[in-house]
Amino acid sequence: MAVTSKTLPTAVSTTAEPAPPKPPGRFRQALPQYAAISPFFILFAIFGAFPVLFSIWISFHSWDGIGEMKWVGLEQYSYLLADPKFWQSIGNTLIIWVLSTVPMLLLALVIANALHNATRFRSFYRIAYFIPNVTSIVAVTMVFGSIFSNNFGLLNAFLQSIGVTKIEWLTQPWGIKIAIATIVTWRWVGYNAIIFLAGLQAISNDVYEAAKVDGASPRQTFWRITVPLLRPVILFTAVTSTIGGLQIFTESQVLLGDTGGPGGSGMTIVSYLYESAFLDNQFGYGAAIGWALFILIVLFSIVNWRLIGGGDERTARRTARRVATGKENADAR
Amino acid sequence: MRAERTRNVISHVVLMFGVVLSIFPFYWMVVMASNTTPDIFSYPPKLVIGPHLFENMGKVLDNIDFFGSMMITLVVSLAVTVLVLFFDSLAAFAFAKYEFPGRDWLFGLLLATFMIPAQLSLVPQFVTLAEFGWIGSLKALIIPGAANAFGIFWMRQYARGAIPDELISAAKVDGAGFFRQYLTVGIPVLRPGLAFLGIFTFINVWNDYLWPLIVMTDPNKLPLQVALQQLNGIYGTDYSMVMAGALMSVIPLIGVFIIGGRHFIADIAAGAMKF
Repeated sequence: MAVTSKTLPTAVSTTAEPAPPKPPGRFRQALPQYAAISPFFILFAIFGAFPVLFSIWISFHSWDGIGEMKWVGLEQYSYLLADPKFWQSIGNTLIIWVLSTVPMLLLALVIANALHNATRFRSFYRIAYFIPNVTSIVAVTMVFGSIFSNNFGLLNAFLQSIGVTKIEWLTQPWGIKIAIATIVTWRWVGYNAIIFLAGLQAISNDVYEAAKVDGASPRQTFWRITVPLLRPVILFTAVTSTIGGLQIFTESQVLLGDTGGPGGSGMTIVSYLYESAFLDNQFGYGAAIGWALFILIVLFSIVNWRLIGGGDERTARRTARRVATGKENADAR
Repeated sequence: MRAERTRNVISHVVLMFGVVLSIFPFYWMVVMASNTTPDIFSYPPKLVIGPHLFENMGKVLDNIDFFGSMMITLVVSLAVTVLVLFFDSLAAFAFAKYEFPGRDWLFGLLLATFMIPAQLSLVPQFVTLAEFGWIGSLKALIIPGAANAFGIFWMRQYARGAIPDELISAAKVDGAGFFRQYLTVGIPVLRPGLAFLGIFTFINVWNDYLWPLIVMTDPNKLPLQVALQQLNGIYGTDYSMVMAGALMSVIPLIGVFIIGGRHFIADIAAGAMKF
């Protein structure tokens, strides 16, 4: 990291203009390397950076995508904040996110532990658990749609056979959310379990031996040793599940159609973005929803970071605060 | 010793139960695709594989241009995979094994692009591509994804450990230029990493739904996932036919996964550990 830090500010330029003290032709010499990394940066400039900046501009306008753009300032955003449908979509997304992420990560932890203990059939298990993740969400959602179907679904047939009344899964607000969360959980448990397993395998056996010598029970070992040592991996899965969870769209759209089902109970933030921009042709509003989504993702990632990853940092900060308020000194006296 | 054995047995019981849940939806897909719709809708429902699979598949082919859609998706997935493998590994090779002014700064910039969620640029990207006249064309599905930050990051981590500096120095002494060094030293060593990135990219592009739904507006040129959803939307009551379509769409991918699967899973876990 430190080697080239002196040239940082001018480094973006690819021209052959070396700063006086450096040997001539450094940039020219590195031309093949710049050429090698340029495709990504060119594509990103056109299809990533420019659209993101452009979307700020779009969100300040009222625009149907074809006609003239009409400047409206912050009106899209003030409308957004007062739009009950937008808040409903946020509520739906967060409920589905919790309903899927919590069981998903807990089950993944259980499976990873079992995989870690089991010495035989490991590759069979891995493939069996990973297959849901590589299957298309569209096809998977269609299968689950039939399982959860109100009248002829397998789940209701099962409930009926054990004497429980049928549940209208795909009509009731909670039924819809449980159905979507089930699909997400099913598709991602194996993926997260495999990642937890890699984390478990990275923990040295010596730590466990030491715990055994000290007479720790399996439960103590799990909560005091395994979980804390897995923290970076748990953070990774939590952050990726959050980013993915906040962007749920396909499950809802395939299961319930564009409107998110009866009463919009399955309408997610991205469903609402899609509806606003591409079905109602309100591009300015769609762009504003995109920014709201971005802010939500950043906020939630920070929360994850603080809750799971920031333990040491937190202690450090607490100590710092104490010192600052003189408490530490007072205690010492 | 005994406690260990019990724990082992419990582990396998838990794991087998999980495998059943994991695999059951696939079994159920085959059951529905191989029975008639009235059979599925009867009570109690049929729980075993029936004799109508090919009949249902035939109905899918009658109703949508299934193989046309599959061709589109296959072409797009292969094109993106080849481009990603080339551009990402080339960039990763440069980032991992060479010193050049601004390298770390540029790599930091690349990592920062991870933070931008795809959905943020949905609207403006659509507008940009409309300006280019690419809406409805395969270019809209191929070009924007032809190189990506994840692949470069992942390949760079791989290349740093895998390619010995001596090999590059030797190639330099032999008078090989950068691109020759990439071809003769980089590619052979990076091959396992390329296999992972290739499968990963292919699967993701094959399964992508929202972006193709937005940009592929020509009803005669629908990619597979969009065509499948249309089949579901229009003929949703004919479950057995819709499930036959779903089954046909899933088979090629599961094939790719099972062929390359074992290493693939290990690599995906290794990738996560590097973050």
